[in-house]
Amino acid sequence: MNAPREFLDFGPDAVLLAGLNGDNWRLADYVKRGGYEALAKILSAKVPPAAVVAEVKKSALRGRGGAGFPTGLKWSFMPQQYAGDKYVVCNSDEGEPGTFKDRDILRYNPHSLIEGMAIAAYAMGCARGYNYIHGEIWDVYERCEEAVAEAYAAGFLGKDILGSGFDFQLHNHHGFGAYICGEETALLESLEGKKGQPRFKPPFPASYGLYGRPTTINNTETFASVPWIVRHGGEWFLNLGRPNNGGTKIFSVSGDVERPGNYEVRLGTPFARLLEMAGGVRGGRRLKAVIPGGSSAPVLPAAIMMATDMDYDSIAKAGSMLGSGAVIVMDETRCMVKSLCRLSYFYYEESCGQCTPCREGTGWLWRMVDRIENGEGRQEDLDLLNSVSDNIMGRTICALGDAAAMPVKSFVKHFRDEFQHHIDHKRCVVAPYL
Amino acid sequence: MDAAVKLGIYVPHFCWHRKLSIAANCRMCLVQVEKAPKPLPACATPVADGMKVHTHSELAVSAQKGVMEFLLINHPLDCPICDQGGECQLQDLAVGYGASGSRYGEPKRVVFHKNLGPLVSAEEMTRCIHCTRCVRFGQEIAGVMELGMMGRGEHSEIVTFVGRTVDSELSGNMIDLCPVGALTSKPFRYAARTWELARRKSVSPHDALGSNLVVQVKGDRVMRVLPLDNEAVNECWISDKDRFSYEALGSDERLTAPRVKHNGEWREVDWPTALDVVARGLKDIAAKHGGNAIGVLASPHATLEELALVARLARGLGSESVDHRLRQSDFSDDGALAGVPWLGMPIAEVGAQDRVLVVGSFLRKDHPLIAARLRLAAKRGTQVSMLHAVDDDWLMPVAHKAIVAPSLVPATLAGIVVAAAKGAGRPAPPALAGVVPSPSAEAIAASLLSGSKRAVFLGNAAVQHADAARIRALAQALADIVGGTLGTLVESANAIGAALVDAQSGAGGLDAQAMLADPRKAYVLLHAEPEFDCANPVAARAALGKADLVVVMSPFAHGTSYADVLLPVAPFTETAGTFVNCEGRLQSFNGVVKPAGETRPAWKVLRVLGTLLDLEGFAFESVDDVRRALTPDAGAIAHRLSNATSMPVTAPAAHPAPLERVADVPIYFADPLVRRAASLQLTADAKPPRARVHRALLEKLGIADGAQVRIRQGRGEAVVAAMVDAAVPPGVVRLAAAHASTCGLEGLSGPVTVERA
Amino acid sequence: MLSADARARIDREIAKYPADQRQSAVMSALAIAQREQGWLSTAAIDEVASILGMPPVAVYEVATFYAMYDLKPTGRFKLTVCTNLPCALSGGAAAAEHLKARLGVDFGETTPDGRFTLREGECMGACGDAPVLLVNNLRMESWAGGEKLDRLVDELAAAADRGEGAPRGGEGGR
Ligand SMILES: Cc1cc2nc3c(=O)[nH]c(=O)nc-3n(C[C@H](O)[C@H](O)[C@H](O)COP(=O)(O)O)c2cc1C
Ligand code: SF4
Ligand code: FES
Repeated sequence: MNAPREFLDFGPDAVLLAGLNGDNWRLADYVKRGGYEALAKILSAKVPPAAVVAEVKKSALRGRGGAGFPTGLKWSFMPQQYAGDKYVVCNSDEGEPGTFKDRDILRYNPHSLIEGMAIAAYAMGCARGYNYIHGEIWDVYERCEEAVAEAYAAGFLGKDILGSGFDFQLHNHHGFGAYICGEETALLESLEGKKGQPRFKPPFPASYGLYGRPTTINNTETFASVPWIVRHGGEWFLNLGRPNNGGTKIFSVSGDVERPGNYEVRLGTPFARLLEMAGGVRGGRRLKAVIPGGSSAPVLPAAIMMATDMDYDSIAKAGSMLGSGAVIVMDETRCMVKSLCRLSYFYYEESCGQCTPCREGTGWLWRMVDRIENGEGRQEDLDLLNSVSDNIMGRTICALGDAAAMPVKSFVKHFRDEFQHHIDHKRCVVAPYL
Repeated sequence: MDAAVKLGIYVPHFCWHRKLSIAANCRMCLVQVEKAPKPLPACATPVADGMKVHTHSELAVSAQKGVMEFLLINHPLDCPICDQGGECQLQDLAVGYGASGSRYGEPKRVVFHKNLGPLVSAEEMTRCIHCTRCVRFGQEIAGVMELGMMGRGEHSEIVTFVGRTVDSELSGNMIDLCPVGALTSKPFRYAARTWELARRKSVSPHDALGSNLVVQVKGDRVMRVLPLDNEAVNECWISDKDRFSYEALGSDERLTAPRVKHNGEWREVDWPTALDVVARGLKDIAAKHGGNAIGVLASPHATLEELALVARLARGLGSESVDHRLRQSDFSDDGALAGVPWLGMPIAEVGAQDRVLVVGSFLRKDHPLIAARLRLAAKRGTQVSMLHAVDDDWLMPVAHKAIVAPSLVPATLAGIVVAAAKGAGRPAPPALAGVVPSPSAEAIAASLLSGSKRAVFLGNAAVQHADAARIRALAQALADIVGGTLGTLVESANAIGAALVDAQSGAGGLDAQAMLADPRKAYVLLHAEPEFDCANPVAARAALGKADLVVVMSPFAHGTSYADVLLPVAPFTETAGTFVNCEGRLQSFNGVVKPAGETRPAWKVLRVLGTLLDLEGFAFESVDDVRRALTPDAGAIAHRLSNATSMPVTAPAAHPAPLERVADVPIYFADPLVRRAASLQLTADAKPPRARVHRALLEKLGIADGAQVRIRQGRGEAVVAAMVDAAVPPGVVRLAAAHASTCGLEGLSGPVTVERA
Repeated sequence: MLSADARARIDREIAKYPADQRQSAVMSALAIAQREQGWLSTAAIDEVASILGMPPVAVYEVATFYAMYDLKPTGRFKLTVCTNLPCALSGGAAAAEHLKARLGVDFGETTPDGRFTLREGECMGACGDAPVLLVNNLRMESWAGGEKLDRLVDELAAAADRGEGAPRGGEGGR
């Protein structure tokens, strides 16, 4: 079992999380750290919005929410001449199993997000924004409410910010227990007071978003990076990482490591180094498998992982995804069938239910894996798992369908023997870990 | 998908429906688009120039087959007992895209049944494939979200809010929309297999839209009624009234043989005997008291052929006292109308207006599908305004409302005319010199002036208003000033047909009100039930009770207390006939089943009567002969339709009574068929009328909400439950007509008093 | 039915959204109603619908879609334990088993004395602190295994003896 860490050590390369100790989250602390300087700079110098977008493009910041889409490019899709309301929305609905980085940004440094969103709003000409916060982290929601109130009081939000004539209203909105609301269009539906059911795209949020208006949605970590980019320049940020993979990235390391937690490293840091920062595999056991980018990313065996660097392109080359940066570590005692079973159950529970392949297929997958886990597997099940996964993938409205199928395919691909063993012998190759 | 439909290429689908928003949730329509990495849903993928789409390529078909497999894994295999069997999209497609055996070895899901009310059955929700067509229909077409999909994932279920039913007047369309057998017709449930049914075309005899119907029959019984697509009329919808009224056809109250009252006793007789009694009676009375001693009250739901012949019969006997305008009370502009009041435009144009004022209408209940068209228009930005006596919920965005007591409707309309004239910089009619528009009148006028396609529609309550002629003249002035069209929504299925064949009073005759106020010696009632269908049921009953001879021509044994002869005539399903709808469209139909028992089509009965009476012009061999001889052709009809009046605009007097009645004609009491349709009578709309009043009134009288009150109107009274209704303005009592509990009251409007019962 | 305080909080939430988008406040309105009444009755849902001008069935859709709303009464304390994979690997599954044994109930059940309802939760975005659990949706407990769980249960039972609700301030809120 984990123990609380004595102090908050996010690693020597930390930028976003550097120096945070849990008690210095307030506005005054943030300002002392140089907070809101970036916003003040662009407002007082009347930096053209397009120049802000260009800087973000230069930084090669890629979305930290999962898909890794270039942020500057996304911002440039917002119609500049649009007459009505435009919105900027932060996705703090962190629900991807294994991911817990946005929570630390929000509770330890909420103003960095507020500043990042205000800059984004300025750059895209938005007068309103919402921060959609995962329902389960209620304390964090309350802290964000406080932080936003501080920012209004200090004139960093509201009308005529810092006397510049720029208005930006920001509010927090909480979820209430639905993973799917992390998907950006489901999040918008949820913000509109409906069930969180993803919309079919196109149209994309940049043309038809919140309340049908142009909207840009980014992840918490993405927005929180923006003040740094504006302060130090896109070039500086880019150089923290690798070409096309700018910046540092917070990895949430969980599972069988000595010190689970968030570690912020330069993109391109070797996985082995990250593992070392987290104290290595728990109890000195051997590494068996790693899911490198949140539960929706394909699992990779130890050997491949140990040879991989942590950046978008390297992990993709290794056959998985950097995703949200959630690194789930499993040691040699873990049963892969049981692990997959829990993940499949998650997708089955969290499918929003609107499209047929996901609604029907996630239940089918889970029931099959569950049967195999419980010693009732059939020989044909392994091929059927693959085939049902294929019938889900690429045929759904949102990517949850793919997210449910990819773990199944990758677990069966890399650990087929273990599944076969379950079917043949009606039990595990390893001792159960409960 | 639209493109594919246009090209005649079939792409399998479930959730897509041309009249509903795109959900893209069933994923059945996946097709291959060149350059796209994944199969795309045809329903949600816009066509682009140069796009290449393969609807039947290997990739497309394998995607479609995959989806079909998912749809079937949790679908019960109960096609042999399913009401949808034979007309099930899932069944059809499963044959083409399903595999023969199932790879699904896990337990199937079971979904608990739901009670949605008397019309729509949700007994088999396990069959639901979550396409959400029913939910979208409620939100988008019916305007009220009564169904929703609760839960998520595999546990999603279509439900109403806990304990509620589906009460929309359009609910039955959800049955048609459901591509599987999850939502089915409750009255039809397990009544027949679909392939045993013969499909016959017909036309709705209820509201003035003239919805096109498919009547499904088994042997001599009507088993089910469905819409027949007609984009120009009902699109693919029908109201619940159109769909479920067929249950009345098999009602116990059907009259299956002629009857004659003999010394107070009813006797079944054969047709010659009955017709002999009628012919002799009428002849005697005409001879003794003159033709006008005979009054003919004909229902505006009767066919054109019937109405033409009954009018000819009356005139043959020397009577000009024939009328179908049973609920109308102001006939003062009879000589001033340029033609037959009509919609003023094709039905399809209603939704194309961008500014609309509706005067005096219980729109949703009186004209459910016109309301649906306006609803869609309103969502697209049309400004719809209302001038009415109660704040009726039309389930659409209403731009401006003027809600005033009925007696103030003309004055308020005059205000709109004055405001519009001022806004348009045109002179107001001099008679309105002293009129000061109310703020809502100003707002409505401004709205009308701001558009480019404008219309002013008169609803049933306007036509039935005690000051209807003045309202019409004012509405015409308004339409002229704003450069819009004046239209009449038209009361019933064949009101225009009746007017076209002159089934209304002529010079020297008495109109529908007068012939009851001034009792006649004899009455002929054609499909009419005056105690429910006439404006003044008290006067009607008194006059009928006093008459020497009352001949009832009806499918039902009705009026036994005052009638002397009951002649069983065919309802619309058992005779050929013609209706002219609100846009002047002539729609003929044939009988779909044999007449019940000794029932005869009314046109034949009238023909024989005419012959027995030695009258000219009754020598018809067939209904076609009647049609050829008596119905105007489309060109002639177009020529005769007009809302124009030469009545001058006059200043309305505004001296309201302290308390006035507003009487709606509830949708399921409105005509003899619906009154006897068992399932419709179980709906929320068929609940016994209550006296709906403003809260202040009950407080003043010290009466509790829900307590019994006595309402007095004229010589009559009624005792009903009171109900607080925020939609009713002070000074108004809304109490429905056409119901046994309220037909002791005189008139659809006028002063009333309320007291504790 | 809802208190004036709850109505005032709902009004504050409504004010966060454009004037014609009141229904955006439905999630917080339902959360406020549930916090006050312990669960969402039909009457509460109906009231929220009328405050926001929504069809009741649309509010019902929302109330049944999100896992943290309770459409049936729960025990005084609802304990939701995350058992998702990252947590399970670090004692989440064991914590759940521990609670089942200690309280004598399975997931979805309430103790006979009406004090505790046990729920299985999905990822709470706190996997680094595993095992984690939520008390009445509001208070997050981190590193909540073994003895610490027992202490939590004791603390809550004592609060129940005093007729109190769940104290706030779990470690997850640091
Ligand atoms: C099923 C599903 C769950 C998701 N969950 C999250 C989430 O919890 N947080 C998040 O930021 N993005 C999540 N995403 C990704 C978002 O849809 C979106 O891509 C992201 O918020 C964009 O922000 P970014 O460009 O800054 O990454 C999810 C996507 C899917 C398909
Ligand atoms: S893929 Fe699943 S979660 Fe995504 S829209 Fe379809 S049913 Fe909903
Ligand atoms: S897996 Fe339990 S909080 Fe993430």
